Amino acid sequence: MEFLTAYLTANNIIFFILAAIILVFGFLSVTTTKILRAATYLFFVLFAIAGLYLLLTYEFIAAVQLSVYAGGIVVLLVFAILLVKNLGEETEKVSCQKKLVSAIAAISGVVISLVTLFGFGFQNNESADELTANVNMETIGHTLMGVEKYQYLLPFEAASVFLLACIIGSVVVATNLKKEDKK
Amino acid sequence: MNVPVEFYLVLSTLLFFIGVYGFIVRKNLIGILMSIELILNAVNINFVVFNRFLFPEKLEGYMYGLFVIIVAAAETAVAIAIIINVYRNMKNIDVDSIKELKN
Repeated sequence: MEFLTAYLTANNIIFFILAAIILVFGFLSVTTTKILRAATYLFFVLFAIAGLYLLLTYEFIAAVQLSVYAGGIVVLLVFAILLVKNLGEETEKVSCQKKLVSAIAAISGVVISLVTLFGFGFQNNESADELTANVNMETIGHTLMGVEKYQYLLPFEAASVFLLACIIGSVVVATNLKKEDKK
Repeated sequence: MNVPVEFYLVLSTLLFFIGVYGFIVRKNLIGILMSIELILNAVNINFVVFNRFLFPEKLEGYMYGLFVIIVAAAETAVAIAIIINVYRNMKNIDVDSIKELKN
């Protein structure tokens, strides 16, 4: 009973709800046979992960998660599904042997990771408990735009060049070049 | 009182291996891409949680998480362009039936 009351704080209850959503919908998203449903379940997972970031008091990364993942990537995926497959069409059935092999691989991975994780013996940082004030936008802006230690202007610029390269690359790949070859 | 750090790590471990399971079991290219998204998100949770619990005054894991999201978005856009091109040429996006590069 003492164990229960120690763990039934508001934070823990919210965490368990979010964890249940993430795991259940994550599992459904990889096992469902209809690909459009899988995309919808993935959307729920990404939403719940944004909730997890809010629980950690990191509002900015939660907003980025929502706008980039839930707003951008899932929409892209749904577009691709609608362009490529007929709506609600079922994918091929997977053989039981393949399922078994993948399940064994995944479960053995989980066991190894959990044994390592609990063998490590994390100690909860008390100063992390006291830090309830969230990171404000000013700090994030200075961290992104500075060139000193623990500041990230170079990765920021590299990311912008990278995104430009990706835009050009995806336009080139998605444009059908075969017609021009035939001319 | 905060949620213990182990809870987050167990959650991200389980999500990671759900993604690995989907990555192996899916035949559809878009399904594989969705499993990769799950894996990337599981890793991202780890970065942010370690930043929050180990070094809350610095933003290293936080920034790493942001850049992972950027790279994931770019990767998805390019992958979808490739998938659409493959579908245009072969009318199929199952990994078993895409064999033209093998020869």
